[in-house]
Amino acid sequence: MTTRTLEWIIERALFLCAALSVLTTAGIIAVLAIETYEFLREVPVLDFLTGTEWTPLFSNQKFGVLPLVVGTMLVSSIAMVVALPMGLLSAIYLSEYSPSGFRRVVKPVLEILAGVPTVVYGYFALTFVTPLLQQVFPTLSGFNALSPGLVMGLMILPLVSSLSEDAMRAVPQGLREGSYALGATRMQTALRVVVPSAFSGITAAFILAVSRAIGETMIVAIAAGQQPRLTGNPFVPIETMTAYIVQVSLGDTPQGTIEYRTIFAVGMLLFLMTFTLNLISTWLRERFREEYA
Amino acid sequence: MRKHADLIFQMVSLSALLVALAALAALVFDIVSDGAGRLSFQFLTSIASRNAEDAGVYHALMGSIWVIALTGALALPIGVAAAIFLEEYGSRSGTARFIELNISNLAAVPSIIYGLLGLGLFVRLMGMGQSVLAGSATLALLALPVVIMSTREALRTVPNSIREGSYALGATKWQTIWNQVLPMAMPGVLTGLILALSRAIGETAPLITIGALTYIPFAPDSIWSKFTVLPIQVFNWVSRPQPEFKANAAAGILVLMVLLLSMNAIAIVVRDRQQRRGRI
Repeated sequence: MTTRTLEWIIERALFLCAALSVLTTAGIIAVLAIETYEFLREVPVLDFLTGTEWTPLFSNQKFGVLPLVVGTMLVSSIAMVVALPMGLLSAIYLSEYSPSGFRRVVKPVLEILAGVPTVVYGYFALTFVTPLLQQVFPTLSGFNALSPGLVMGLMILPLVSSLSEDAMRAVPQGLREGSYALGATRMQTALRVVVPSAFSGITAAFILAVSRAIGETMIVAIAAGQQPRLTGNPFVPIETMTAYIVQVSLGDTPQGTIEYRTIFAVGMLLFLMTFTLNLISTWLRERFREEYA
Repeated sequence: MRKHADLIFQMVSLSALLVALAALAALVFDIVSDGAGRLSFQFLTSIASRNAEDAGVYHALMGSIWVIALTGALALPIGVAAAIFLEEYGSRSGTARFIELNISNLAAVPSIIYGLLGLGLFVRLMGMGQSVLAGSATLALLALPVVIMSTREALRTVPNSIREGSYALGATKWQTIWNQVLPMAMPGVLTGLILALSRAIGETAPLITIGALTYIPFAPDSIWSKFTVLPIQVFNWVSRPQPEFKANAAAGILVLMVLLLSMNAIAIVVRDRQQRRGRI
């Protein structure tokens, strides 16, 4: 074999490995689509998307996914109320105020926070945060949306903070200097110059955080309960889309039954939601990069 | 007045950061105080049991080690090959741009979705069953985007003069990559791999979804064995109402965290050695 053919073969092989990522995406869509199609042949799509009762594991089966979607939204919103303002403020402090020595110590610690396995956060929510909250709100149920929501916010905070900080540090120093020259304080510079200039980068971070919250599984599977219910009340047990998939996976549901297919249908919905958010986030980040290229 | 507002704002920003750090401290304190008393040689060498006091993590620890080793063996060659293609061969082509976009999107797909892919593809379609191999293949797909991205970073740090020098001596493109570029990038590649694996070792949801069982009274002995892993065992114990099992869960978490921290420590040592070599 000549060197040239060998080189050609190697390049093709490398290409195949790179193309595996496209195949992975295609595989995800195919697996989810096939089972979802089978599911939707038995349950009309409108009933699935607008039904308000989700009881596929009871004898009186109802396939309205809204309780799971609302449960997911409820926990994610609580997480965002914690993660977005605190993450942004942390980022502002690290990027605009902090002495560099402090930054060098704090950033790795925040990375640890981001690297803690989610099952550990679940344990923390169930055994520490919930009992603590129950002392403040005696009516709080042992399983609820509030505690996992707060802990999820803590988990996502480092993501928001580090991506927002990157975006703010990419803002040219000249803009800050111009602002100081006009007599602005650091707060005015941060809030009226740096944050608006880094806006698309920060928004991209926020959207990615929402997507992460929607897909987060173990915290809610452990601490939120397994009761699909259509409510905005954060004090009672609920169930999210991800926790439902875990619940069914733990049981012994035979392949080919409608119960088995529900997890793929719910998974499809979850995938579409997060995929859309990820695309928007990527697009915003690209735009931000162009602005300061 | 303006100065006051500035100071107050600075304090508010700082306290947001400090609250997050305090929460981390509370988390560590909570787990250590719940679990440290339960850690013992017996806990590390016993398997799951109905009695909380007799139970241990041996089977789950072995399961985790099997799964992570195999995940690394699958993700490293594929991830490095993909990164070499994107960085050294295709960086300008439209196909490469499309693949890049795809990888950055895959990095943000929820891990439980990979579990559904693994269930449909590896467990059912390819007939691997609920084996170590199926679990590792699933986690390898999950780890690939991270491995690819960190390998590309590492390849980018290799100066172009090295490549040009190699070409000037008559080496082909692949000879240049294999003999010059890759060895120089290797510490960075390994650091990225270890960080990806330390994320994978804490993954619970995708393995539950492919059907890794929560009660497995033995350690795996081949890639076809059924298995459980540390985080699943922890989840199983957390889900039980009895407080003794909660202590087991906390102790299991401590074992998991020690495993994780030692992997991170290895990554830091590797990165350090690379930096020292870079200075010479």
